[in-house]
Parts: sequence; C-alpha cells; structure tokens
Amino acid sequence: MSDAGWSDLMRAANAGDAEAYGRLLHAIAAALRAPIRRNLLRAGRSAADVEDVVQEVLLAVHLKRHTWDSERPVGPWVHAIARYKVVDALRRRTGQFDLSIDEFSETLAAEEPEPSVPASEVERHLATLPAGQRTVVQAIAVEGRSIGEAAERLSMTAGAVRVALHRGLAALAKQLGQD
Amino acid sequence: MRTDDLVQALVADRATAPPLGTQFAWALAAGLVLSAAGFLLVLGPRPDIGGAVGTIRFDIKIVQVLLLAVTAFTLVLQIGRPTAVHRGRVAALAIAPVLLLLAVGAELMVVPADRWPVRLVGTNSRVCLTAIPLMALPLLAAFLIVLRRGAPASGAVAGAVAGLAASAAAAVLYATHCPDDSPLFVAVWYPIAIGGVTLAGALLGRFLLRW
Repeated sequence: MSDAGWSDLMRAANAGDAEAYGRLLHAIAAALRAPIRRNLLRAGRSAADVEDVVQEVLLAVHLKRHTWDSERPVGPWVHAIARYKVVDALRRRTGQFDLSIDEFSETLAAEEPEPSVPASEVERHLATLPAGQRTVVQAIAVEGRSIGEAAERLSMTAGAVRVALHRGLAALAKQLGQD
Repeated sequence: MRTDDLVQALVADRATAPPLGTQFAWALAAGLVLSAAGFLLVLGPRPDIGGAVGTIRFDIKIVQVLLLAVTAFTLVLQIGRPTAVHRGRVAALAIAPVLLLLAVGAELMVVPADRWPVRLVGTNSRVCLTAIPLMALPLLAAFLIVLRRGAPASGAVAGAVAGLAASAAAAVLYATHCPDDSPLFVAVWYPIAIGGVTLAGALLGRFLLRW
C-alpha cells in the first residue's frame, strides 16, 4: 500500500471510520515486521521478539496519533514512532545508550503476515492491570466483543467500558516501555 | 496476544487527545498568566518605563528577548512530534543572539572602555538571575505537561527547548523591570539565567519525556 494510501486511511480514521483505522493498523504492522526484524537481529536479539515490538509500535501509533500533523504524509511519522520504539527496546534490553539502527526506509517494505506464534509481552502485562481494565481489554481484544456487547456482559455502562479500555491500553503502553 | 486482537482493541478505543498545537496554546496562556501575575505582584515594570520605551538600548533589549521567545516557542510547537524538526526553525533561534552580538559591538564602539565594567556589572544582576528562572517555572511546567502527552524524538532536547522558550518568555517580563539596558549587561546575565533554565529543562526532559 502506498504512503498516500496510509494518509487517506488515517484521515478517514480520524473522521470516525473504524474500518479504515483497522486496515491502516494492519498495513502498518505488515510493513514494519521486516525492518524491525532486521534491526533486532543486527543487535543480536531474537527474532521471537519482533511481534512484541510491532505491538509496542501499534500501541504508540494509537496513543500518540494526535501528534501527527494531518497536513503531512503519515508514513514518515509512523517510521519516526517505529524508530523511537526500536531504539528504546534495544536500549532497555542491551543497556547500551548509543545505538545506531537501520533507518526505516521511506519506501515501504514488503508486507509480511502475522506469525503463527502470538507475542507474549502484552499478554504478560495485561495480567497485571486492575481487574476492571483487564476484563474490558480481554473482552474486546481476545473475545472480539463490541463496546456495547462488553458493557452488557460485564454489567457496565458503555461509557465506563470506553474509559476502562482507554486506560487499560495506556497502562499497557506505559508498562511495555518500562521494563 | 495476537496482533489482530490488539488491533481490535485499538480500533474500539475512540478516545483522542486534542491536537498538540491547541494544547501548547493553552499551556502558553496558563503559564503566562501565572508568570505575569507573579511578576506584577512582586516586581512590576520599572517606574520610568514610559521614558525608557523611547530609548534605543531598552527597545533593542525588548526586541531581542521577544525574538528569542517567539523563535523558541515555534520550536516547542514542533518538538512534541516524533518527526524531524524543520531546520529553518532551528536556524531562526540564532536571530536573537546575532542581534545581541551586533548590539554588543555597537556598545563597545560608542562607550569608552573605562565605562565597560560598570555597564556589564549593572545594578540588578542578582534579581535577573533569580527572577527569570522563577518566572520561567510555570511555563516550563506547562510545556512539560503537554510534551509528556506528545511523542518527542528526544526527551532531553524537547526539555531543553521547553526550558529555552519558558525562560525567554520570562526574560521578556523581566526586561520591562530591569533598569540595566546596556547590551553588555544583557549579554552576560540573561544568557546565564536562560542557559540555566534550558539545562534544567534538558535534565527534566531526559527523565520525564519518555514514552
């Protein structure tokens, strides 16, 4: 998918088009797997960690999307987020502060499907969230329920489900960035 | 967790923060109101400000700190994003220091050498070194709060820019109070005060602005 395609999807997403947002996040994940793997392997890290970093990038893209200047293409912004998260992940686990990484090229990498073995870091941190946030994130992510369905099943208002979901995702992103 | 599942959760979460530019505008307004209130209560503009406005040294001093505040704030607006900062805006930071150097050169030419130390030491350097950092505090705090919600590529750089913009704005307020208008005074004491706040911003940013 072209960069212009990403920008259009992001604009549609910001205007409330959930389907476009889902397509964009899938496209970003598919395009970033190869460059993230290349950087992790180059730094002596296991390819098994690639999907964890991909998920960290997706969470950051989601939680920081208000920092995208909508008059500019979204590709360089996504690459800048990915760059920060890759450097951060390598720094945290290798303890080195002066890391050079392969730049995320402006020409998009070949898309790569999700590996069959699921990533484990988000799961691990999910277990430490307060029960309210954890059950809401699980109901929507793992069980695939809508906000309304989750509210009904958990006997909460839709508004409370939305708040718990957002706080849960923000807490996950924070914890992922800390260990 | 599968990435497909995570995406489902992200798509379901529609909560968004206001655009960064809007948040910085509020931070600037709130910080300035606090700083200006403190300034008016404790220091206030100098009594002879009406006459001072017509003198060249006072006017150049005000223009310099204003230029620094404006060029630094336009950088603050960009530094909260992860993408590279516009080079022109970085280069624009040099405008105020260059103007100051020119003013220093002119002052050295028109003032006899035996008067230089008096002009340089001035009468108000201690107030300068305390008032600028104190008045910068509310602005620095407000900028850091917004930057924490942003995604700066470097926390230390972003904190430094926030410190520079906050202390330059504080210097504008202080400049209307300070009776020392000589470029020699401005070139020695203002940079120490502004540099200190900028350094503090960099240190704070290094720890507070990780995301």
